[in-house]
Amino acid sequence: MKLTGAQMIGESLVKEGVEVIFGILGGSLLPLYDVLPHYPQLRHILVRHEQGAAHAADGYARATGKVGVCLATSGPGATNLVTGIANACLDSVPMVAITGQVARPFIGKDAFQEVDITGITMPITKHNYLVMDAASVPETIKEAFHLARTGRPGPVLIDLPRDVQIDQAEFNYPSKPNLPSYKPILKGHPAQIKKAAKLINEAKKPVIIAGRGVIISAAFAELKELVEQAQIPLVTTLLGISCFPESHVLSYGMLGMHGMAYANMAVDAADLIIAIGMRFDDRATAKVSDFAPHAHVIHIDIDPAEIGKNVRVDVPIVGDVKAVLKELNKLIVAAKRIDWIRQLDDWRREHPSLVIRPGESLLPQYVIRQIYEVTNGEATIVTGVGQHQMWAAQHYWYDKPNTFISSGGLGTMGFGLPAAIGAKVGCPNDTVWCIDGDGSLQMTIQELATAVQEKVAVKIAVLHNNYLGMVRQWQEMFYGKRYVATPLSSPDFVKVAEAYGLPGLRVERREEVAPAIQQAMAEPGPFLIDFIVEPEENVYPMVPPGASLAEVLEEPEKKTKPKAVKDSAKLPVSNI
Amino acid sequence: MPKHTIIALVEDKPGVLNHMASLFRRRGFNIESIAVGRSEVPHLSRMTLVVNGGNTMVEQVRKQLDKVVDVVKVSDITSDKVITRELALIKVKATSSTRSEVMQIVDIFRANIVDVAADSVTVEVTGDENKIDSLLNLLRGFGIRELTRTGRIALTRGETKPLPVKKPPKAKGQKPTK
Repeated sequence: MKLTGAQMIGESLVKEGVEVIFGILGGSLLPLYDVLPHYPQLRHILVRHEQGAAHAADGYARATGKVGVCLATSGPGATNLVTGIANACLDSVPMVAITGQVARPFIGKDAFQEVDITGITMPITKHNYLVMDAASVPETIKEAFHLARTGRPGPVLIDLPRDVQIDQAEFNYPSKPNLPSYKPILKGHPAQIKKAAKLINEAKKPVIIAGRGVIISAAFAELKELVEQAQIPLVTTLLGISCFPESHVLSYGMLGMHGMAYANMAVDAADLIIAIGMRFDDRATAKVSDFAPHAHVIHIDIDPAEIGKNVRVDVPIVGDVKAVLKELNKLIVAAKRIDWIRQLDDWRREHPSLVIRPGESLLPQYVIRQIYEVTNGEATIVTGVGQHQMWAAQHYWYDKPNTFISSGGLGTMGFGLPAAIGAKVGCPNDTVWCIDGDGSLQMTIQELATAVQEKVAVKIAVLHNNYLGMVRQWQEMFYGKRYVATPLSSPDFVKVAEAYGLPGLRVERREEVAPAIQQAMAEPGPFLIDFIVEPEENVYPMVPPGASLAEVLEEPEKKTKPKAVKDSAKLPVSNI
Repeated sequence: MPKHTIIALVEDKPGVLNHMASLFRRRGFNIESIAVGRSEVPHLSRMTLVVNGGNTMVEQVRKQLDKVVDVVKVSDITSDKVITRELALIKVKATSSTRSEVMQIVDIFRANIVDVAADSVTVEVTGDENKIDSLLNLLRGFGIRELTRTGRIALTRGETKPLPVKKPPKAKGQKPTK
């Protein structure tokens, strides 16, 4: 049967099991949007800016494990996707982005809303396509989804000229992609696994560093078995959070620049690092030449190019985390590492990293802890980027698998709200909290309209300190407190919420926090709470840039007096 | 710094060379030469890269290239038995008084003169880089007007394993002829 290119896209997306598309149409996508109503299986969510479409597809993909799909028109629509695509690429998120393109005869002529989006996105996609005839639409979509979701997942972009959407061709959906040279290695090499097991069984002070690869591979049970069987303390990267229950006695929290002091000390003192599904990002390793100086390193990752890229590796194992751990666990001898674990517990006692100062001032950490309490630790937390992101990583304890969604590699401010919308759309029965800063939220605040129009019941907690807080912290610590371009005059977010059509509350005192969160939870739809927090609060612990993990700075003893409260009360809370 | 020879078989599609070039630039790989042309398989090109760098860096080059979906196969053949060649065209100044001397040198290198003008000759030479460099050194004294080199191309000696090759797209809408 002959179909138009647009119809073939619809058919193909249905065949790939797509349920939700986030997008904004435009001239070059009109033929495709025109046939969308014929595919009621595809729920289209209209966002307000294409960056929101990409982040929403990203949040959807991370929450569900399925491929997130976003649509944008040619030219500015496509370039607006770029940040979201780069974000998904660095965090290995399966995504298919479909962009409209000017009709074939106009390509290369600087036509209206023409941009070379395949050229632009080449370094930030796993692969991309410019489809030049309707007949190749089905195989392109088959390949795109296969590439996005297999191996190390990532974004794939398909650029579709307008006239290709109109042309007709025979529709045959291939059962398999035709990609003979693309063969991700899933099974670890048995000899390497044996070597790794030997190192683990002989280690006195091993530490596991678990990353997002564990979550992508859903190797939660296998990881737990390894930790418990061999009694190995575990730390996670930022994106590894929620791959292992944080209340477990062998969990020592996050490592890295804002990781727990004891997690960093453990890595520094370890004689064996077992890195699982992580890529030794500089925020995790700190000064790379001083990283884990006494340790042998086992690195398990699906991407061969990650092995040996940043850190020397003694035993590389290329493969899918779940498959490798299954094999590895068979060779692990049950062990008790009492001295080592006692040492770590001593450090945890001596260097508590999660103490919230008592007093009256509304500390952002306190707000996060209250969200944890009220949601019973069962919510999915989605964050923007900045101080609030670090506090959300530290002060909420993630026991449920895959409940922390954040922009790690790219550090994209504005990721929070659209990603939370995507996560909630993908998992409507889960409680989804977007924890955001006033700076970060304002980068994509227009997506409040999306949440209202589509009735997406995300709960938004704004940690409002009238600063670009993380940068201000660096200015305070390393630039002589010269606050250049970091003070923000943020709006009254409750009024903003009301204008968009969702209810909101402002909270300025500790005792109001829990009731406000409860009220938000009781509301059936989206809800925003504007928490006016201590303005110059810093994130601790902190490994200063250029220092090693061992040189972690802990929170200095300071002001527990209510002086800070007065300051916050004086802040220009709204633009009256 | 040691020189490594890397061979890549890539899908003959628009944008592949661009993709690889942008990858080298982005990751700061120091590429001395690239030579690309058709291979024995109709829709594949064979690319020979000469990379300057230590083993770790060259290993990254190989792995990052291998990640590109349109790259079928990458191998570092530096320590293999290989045949390498390069072609150069050299336009060298040659007056009536120096022409015979130039021709003698060209003969010694088993190179050819492919064009003659009143005050210059154009020399075609193939060989490995050392041979071409030596010839250039000798000709430099006469005055080199123009020079172009292809960069190294290489093949391994001996047997060849079959490739994981994509099936060529079937001709659509045509009935098979019997």
